[in-house]
Amino acid sequence: MRVSRYRQSLADNPRPFGSPLYAGQSVEMPILSRNGEPAQRRSRPYLHIIVLMLSTLHAVLGRNAARPREKILSILKKLALAAGIATALSSAAMAADMTVGFSQIGSESGWRAAETSVTKQQAESRGINLKFADAQQKQENQIKAIRGFIAQGVDAILVAPVVATGWEDVLSEAKEAKIPVILLDRGIDGPEDLYLTSVASDQVKEGKVAGDWLVGTVKDKDCRVVELQGTVGSTPAINRKKGFEEAIAGHSNISIVRSQTGDFTRSKGKEVMEGFLKAENGGKNICAVYAHNDDMAVGAIQAIKDAGLKPGTDILVVSIDGVPDLFSAMAAGEANATVELTPNMAGPAFDALAAYKKDGTMPPKFIITESKLYTPADDPKGEAERRKSLGY
Amino acid sequence: MRLGGRDVAETAFRMEARGVSKIFGTHKALDTVDFGLLAGEVHALLGENGAGKSTLIKILTGAYQPDGGEVLVDGTPVHLDSPLHAQSFGIGTVYQEVNLLPNRSVAENLFLGHQPTRFGLVDRKRMNKDARVLLKRYGLEIDPASELGSHSVAVQQIVAIARAVQLSGKVLILDEPTASLDRDEVQRLFEVVASLKRDGLAIVFITHFLDQVFALADRVTILRNGKLVDTSRLSDLTRTELVRKMLGKDIAFSGSTSLEAQRPVTDVLLEFKNYGRKRSVRPFTLTIHKGEVIGVAGLLGSGRTEMARVMFGIDPSDEGSVTLNGKPISIRAATDAIAHGFGFCPEDRKADGIFGDLSVRENIVIALQGKLGWFRALNRDEQLDLAGQFGESMDIRAASLDMPVKLLSGGNQQKVILARWLATDPAFLILDEPTRGIDVGAHAEIVRTINRLRDDGMALVVISSEIDEVVAYSSRVVVMRDREMVAELRGEDISPAVIVQAIATHGEATSEETAA
Amino acid sequence: MTRISFGRILNTQTIALVSVLLLNWILFPGFFKIEWQDGRLFGSLIDVLNRGAPVAILAIGMTAVIATKGVDLSVGAVMAMSGAVAATLVVAGYSGPVAVGGALAVGLACGLWNGILVAVLDIQPIIATLVLMVAGRGIAQLITEGSIVTFSDPTLIFIGTGSFLGMPMPVVIAFALMVLVTLAVRKTAIGLFIEAVGINRSAATLAGIRSRLLLISVYSVSGLCAAIAGIIVAGDIRGADANNAGLWLELDAILAAVIGGTSLLGGRFSIPMSVIGALIIQAMNTGILVSGYPPEFNLVVKAGIITVILMIQSPLAGQVLGFFGRKKSGASR
Repeated sequence: MRVSRYRQSLADNPRPFGSPLYAGQSVEMPILSRNGEPAQRRSRPYLHIIVLMLSTLHAVLGRNAARPREKILSILKKLALAAGIATALSSAAMAADMTVGFSQIGSESGWRAAETSVTKQQAESRGINLKFADAQQKQENQIKAIRGFIAQGVDAILVAPVVATGWEDVLSEAKEAKIPVILLDRGIDGPEDLYLTSVASDQVKEGKVAGDWLVGTVKDKDCRVVELQGTVGSTPAINRKKGFEEAIAGHSNISIVRSQTGDFTRSKGKEVMEGFLKAENGGKNICAVYAHNDDMAVGAIQAIKDAGLKPGTDILVVSIDGVPDLFSAMAAGEANATVELTPNMAGPAFDALAAYKKDGTMPPKFIITESKLYTPADDPKGEAERRKSLGY
Repeated sequence: MRLGGRDVAETAFRMEARGVSKIFGTHKALDTVDFGLLAGEVHALLGENGAGKSTLIKILTGAYQPDGGEVLVDGTPVHLDSPLHAQSFGIGTVYQEVNLLPNRSVAENLFLGHQPTRFGLVDRKRMNKDARVLLKRYGLEIDPASELGSHSVAVQQIVAIARAVQLSGKVLILDEPTASLDRDEVQRLFEVVASLKRDGLAIVFITHFLDQVFALADRVTILRNGKLVDTSRLSDLTRTELVRKMLGKDIAFSGSTSLEAQRPVTDVLLEFKNYGRKRSVRPFTLTIHKGEVIGVAGLLGSGRTEMARVMFGIDPSDEGSVTLNGKPISIRAATDAIAHGFGFCPEDRKADGIFGDLSVRENIVIALQGKLGWFRALNRDEQLDLAGQFGESMDIRAASLDMPVKLLSGGNQQKVILARWLATDPAFLILDEPTRGIDVGAHAEIVRTINRLRDDGMALVVISSEIDEVVAYSSRVVVMRDREMVAELRGEDISPAVIVQAIATHGEATSEETAA
Repeated sequence: MTRISFGRILNTQTIALVSVLLLNWILFPGFFKIEWQDGRLFGSLIDVLNRGAPVAILAIGMTAVIATKGVDLSVGAVMAMSGAVAATLVVAGYSGPVAVGGALAVGLACGLWNGILVAVLDIQPIIATLVLMVAGRGIAQLITEGSIVTFSDPTLIFIGTGSFLGMPMPVVIAFALMVLVTLAVRKTAIGLFIEAVGINRSAATLAGIRSRLLLISVYSVSGLCAAIAGIIVAGDIRGADANNAGLWLELDAILAAVIGGTSLLGGRFSIPMSVIGALIIQAMNTGILVSGYPPEFNLVVKAGIITVILMIQSPLAGQVLGFFGRKKSGASR
């Protein structure tokens, strides 16, 4: 019903992309205009000056510091472009002058950084002009950025939503402006007609792939598993736990004996694993550790080593994400398996967008990326190197 | 009932306080004070710090409830629960700091909470129109839609008055409204007040400036130490009489200084030459000898405290020079002054003097320790020795040297601060109001100490509004007025009458100038 | 004499620490088991000390800052910066000691910056340090370019995971720092001056204390402590995680200082008590890990225990307990 309404509105307007009314208009970000308000007049002026200076400095430094790397990357990409003339040219020609806004959550993890750089690479290789906005973990900033994109009249908007709720107003505005929105990597709670499609991995499946690997590895031996959960209540933590549990259900020889949160961080992963090792007879009672992300697994590996055990041998290590450091550990025989969460969410998104723009092909509502399992058989050393260049 | 001058028995008071008292702990801030306010008069309320002015005002505006006595409005006793409640009886107040919303429009500030509405919404058009009419009555031709903060303090002050009158309409209390205004702005404000007076408003006016009292007020009520001194018509009072009443009606006019204080002194310790600081105290020249007490007299706001702060380097001087034992020295901060053997007991003991949570011992040793620096620490035994020695010499009554100083009485706290400086073995000690707000015993002990230190050869500058006390221990008396040192009295001239005269005289001249 | 030292040890903080440890023991009987393994002590109790060390080190600096009636919200971000600087330096080929020196210099510079904002420009500490709390993590992310910079420098790794006489290095460093700073403030007049400035800065200035210099020094020490904690945390995971290192630890450090009896209104302070405060917090964390409760309970349990501790420390409880104490001593007389 809702999808059809979206189609309807598209049919009504023969030129759904870009809004010439707004194009070229300067965009005033509300956060800046607020600082100059006279409400602050009576307080100490230098304080505001300092804060302003700092934030400006921060912003300027941020951009400048990012530039050299971007330049190198862009040069590399141009070389790649030149090499792959045929495909690149055709896609670039098709998407000529297309401007896409990308509201990224932030750079809270290496994976996120890789997603950002892969998105930029993908846009570059297709000749898409990408406008990037880092929301620094705040929905407020994302909403502002999206409003900014709408006002600029971009052709499409990519959003990696920081939270699941509260998007209806701003996405309706985008819809009214006839700008298609594609969600990356995370979903939202809300009417499905607010976005064109959503590109994400299936987190439950990731957990299941990890669990299936463990089931296949231990066969019918008894295995006591400890689990390092992600941040309590976060969607990936819930789903990756669920998938893993589904996989081991019906295998009574495998059981999760301890489960705690490591907040997706390396140092908490290490700390929690230390606790588990003490609580499980110095680790002798643990057969495997399942970490909801690789960072926690890397921390856990260190804790296992500190306890005088061999990770990968004495205790199996399986985790999700596929970050370079985990591949390095795998190459050293200290990790056994990881399920890749591809940082290339933008590629399928741009493909769907191009098809849609070309002849109105509606993409499926949910585009699921592949959840590939990597084991020591998959050239972990090479994978580590390849991934480091992606900006993890 | 004292009403001063004219017989006003038949005239009904617009507002009246009958025998009101207010007690904080054991301290009587206000002691059975009568205060009557007539319609169509400007009534000045005068008194030094701690006289009870603000307590009385807070009772009149409902911020405090009196512990005794009653408040009447139009002859009917009322209970004012809060300033808002007082407002409903027609009593409005304007404070020194304008407490309106600077980022809202003038009109919004005038009508905030009482905006004219239309269909339940604020009728901005009408509000602005009403505001323009209202402002015109106050001689203000400003755009009511403009932001309040974009106007001068004087205009904001007048807007605040307009709002208060608009909301209340019977009694207007002006609490030091002129403190942050320049001369022209004061004039403008006075015109507004005079016109409100003609409209029959009863106005209470609080200020430190005697000129303004004589220029604007019809009657004056003087408080001192929480007690009513007098209510008079201004026309019945001379300036000298007024100052005398403010400083204490029981001044013995024959009082003279002690013989010891008048001993000839020869050794010059300090010479301040044209020493001053802009916006603080005009340049003064003062020679201070070893073994003498320079008394500093003057009203609140006369520049007496500012002089002390400049001498001690808290507010460093920006002109003039100072020599110590003939050698030029530079005092840019309190630490400089202390390094040169200065000490300073500030006026506001609680805010600038004591460290409430620290022990008596630590409070006594801290200035010496500050002088010794971070790394030459006095150990506990040395501290106890020092604290014991100086505590005893000052007769500090504390159960233990390790108890927090905040548990001591005001008098004992003052003695602790004196002991703190004596422990640094100073050559020069500045005492700002050392006897204010302390009990009789401590008072006597401090006066005794001042005499003893002088006789031991220390040089002291003592600021006090207790004129007879100043007369008793001073070798010379410096009189401050309008941030300027206006007289240096010695010998025979050191008497309450001459001092009061010196404090008051200049004001008379100024008001004549204004009148002319 | 013995009574005095007994009284000093027997206070709310130590009782709370012992209670939490006992509670852990009840939930996990192996809690007090300590083994000698690979030349170092190994056990849950050691984990409490080791994991508590970064917050304890932060609390050392934080306590002095809070005693001056200030607060340093930037310590978590400074940790991230110092770790990022140390990691990028060793990755760029500098030696471990140079990297440590660089990280400490960054911490000192941050502390100086905070101190100047507070002491010279008179900006309220909570705002002044908020600037660096926000900007600092951003700068750290710029240095690491958003990813975890991993290293294998033996000096940094030794600081994070090495051991000395069987004790983990972080514990040794935290203990040494606690003794050093405690002596520095108590064997000189600095402690008295810190308290004086915290209680009444105006009076302190009038009494001849160089309060500006003192404030700048105190914030600098806090910055240095944060830098040390940052190196430890980075060394521990052999990588600088700009996004997560020290995240929210400023709040734990403040809490540790408050549990240690320092009032947020400034004044009296005790650095060893704040360290114990940090250990109480960590004992709870470790206890939750070994107890086997689901993680959804973590924050509730922590909040509950802290509430109880702070309630016991409240003036009202002090009066009630004092009343019983007096009664008891009266009876024994």
